[in-house]
Amino acid sequence: MEKLFNNEVEKQLKEVLSHMIKPITIIMFSNEDCLTCKETKQLLNEVVSLNNKISLEIKEIKNSKNEVEKYNIKLVPSFVLLDENKQYKGVKFNGIPAGHEINSFISAVLEMSGIQAGFNEDLITRIKKISKPVNIKVFITLACPHCPGAVQTAHRLAMLNKNITAEMIEAQTFSDESVKYNVSGVPKIIINENKELVGNHPIENFLEQIESI
Amino acid sequence: MFNFTLNKLSEDDLYYNKLWDFVSLGAGPAGINASLYAKRKGLETLIVAKEIGGQLNNTEDVDNYLGFKMINANSLIDKFIAHIDSLNIEKLIGFDVISIIKDNEVFTIKLNNGKYIKAKTLLYALGGNPRKLQIEGEDKYSGKGVSYCVTCDGPFYKDKKVVVAGGGNSAVEAAIDLSKVAKEVYIIHRSQFRADKILLDKMFSNKNIKVYLETTIKKIVGNEKIEYLEIIDNKTLQSSKFYLDGLFVEIGNIPNSYLIEDIVKTNERKEIIVNEEQRTSVEGLFAAGDVTAEPEKQIIISAAAGAKAALAAAKYINKRGE
Repeated sequence: MEKLFNNEVEKQLKEVLSHMIKPITIIMFSNEDCLTCKETKQLLNEVVSLNNKISLEIKEIKNSKNEVEKYNIKLVPSFVLLDENKQYKGVKFNGIPAGHEINSFISAVLEMSGIQAGFNEDLITRIKKISKPVNIKVFITLACPHCPGAVQTAHRLAMLNKNITAEMIEAQTFSDESVKYNVSGVPKIIINENKELVGNHPIENFLEQIESI
Repeated sequence: MFNFTLNKLSEDDLYYNKLWDFVSLGAGPAGINASLYAKRKGLETLIVAKEIGGQLNNTEDVDNYLGFKMINANSLIDKFIAHIDSLNIEKLIGFDVISIIKDNEVFTIKLNNGKYIKAKTLLYALGGNPRKLQIEGEDKYSGKGVSYCVTCDGPFYKDKKVVVAGGGNSAVEAAIDLSKVAKEVYIIHRSQFRADKILLDKMFSNKNIKVYLETTIKKIVGNEKIEYLEIIDNKTLQSSKFYLDGLFVEIGNIPNSYLIEDIVKTNERKEIIVNEEQRTSVEGLFAAGDVTAEPEKQIIISAAAGAKAALAAAKYINKRGE
């Protein structure tokens, strides 16, 4: 099969991933008749081959009831990132993070490996104070240059607080979800099913919405 | 298929512990080309930006950049980046600039990660944000049928009926791009076209694009999402309802000059006034691209202005004997 990454992109990715600190695990959920499972598997396999700190497990959803429940998998393809202790920090991708979205994927890999996002102390204190369960969905399209920033922010919030889970949703693959959440512009951010933002908002705006819950 | 833009680690102290000769704020054509020229002059050069590509990201194809008869905008950005990467120009991408202060001939730029960058000379090339129609219903239906990014949101309108508001090149390009996806595309514009003839010819050859000139959009109406526009014929003053699925607003940009509008001279549109060397009214601070009062907002003109700014910055540094 032809490779997804050309030599140039592969070289850049390898350099960036060489900064990973601790090992991480990616668990991907797939099923037989899924639309983009094949491409997503290939993408993850190619990324894994670039750095030995990344491990990949691929699960068929029909054989993985426990994990599907544990990671609250509702869509396929879907994958979660686990830290060095195989702890789930609420970082999930639904659909293939290709196009511009490769950036939010690679930054999630780096940050799950222990690289700090670089927020100031006040922000970190605010994030840590969140005590209610929060789920952030970020709908994206692959040609959207403003989307990776929103996905990155949502995932960073999840990594900093165990009460927060954050998931990218590729809007075209999951068109039923897009209709359900009335998505016609991206990035569209849905917080706990009822609060929404459109656009690549700064983290302060995410926090304002979350704190008002 | 992949638009990979991450560079070295943003937390690397490399960025924050030194005094850069030339920092470009913005990574559109102006900022990227400026960094190329600055680096070639031997200046220690850094690009700081939220996203790579600037407003080029909001277009699909480019067919007026010399040397490329027709090129996908993403490919053009990739070529720009490959060019500056070949000179190992440092980039810090993914950050917002919070403030800019000049003290003792040094610019201090505060980023939203709480860190500071220091520079001897600074290029302000932060472009613009889409201009809004400023009519009733626009904010309410933003993301619910009202969009400012064809490449991002075009895919949601497969086989649907969409309207593009505007009459310049970007509006006509948006209509052409949308006609590949949508069933019907309408351009509604309050006056006459300002777009290039070659684009208009291309648009008029497209059977699913229809044009309403001298027509003003007065109001956006809907329920959960957009349903219709209230439009008015400027000649007959007759108003009517125009039912649609999506509205793409392409009426130009608002300059992103707010970080320095209090310290440099701007015009009534808040565009930064620069001289023939792209100097602003503050020594050592240059501006280029769509954020300036340059009337022609074109990729090649922004790129050229970036080059001029970098050359002037090199002269400025030499003159100060550093």
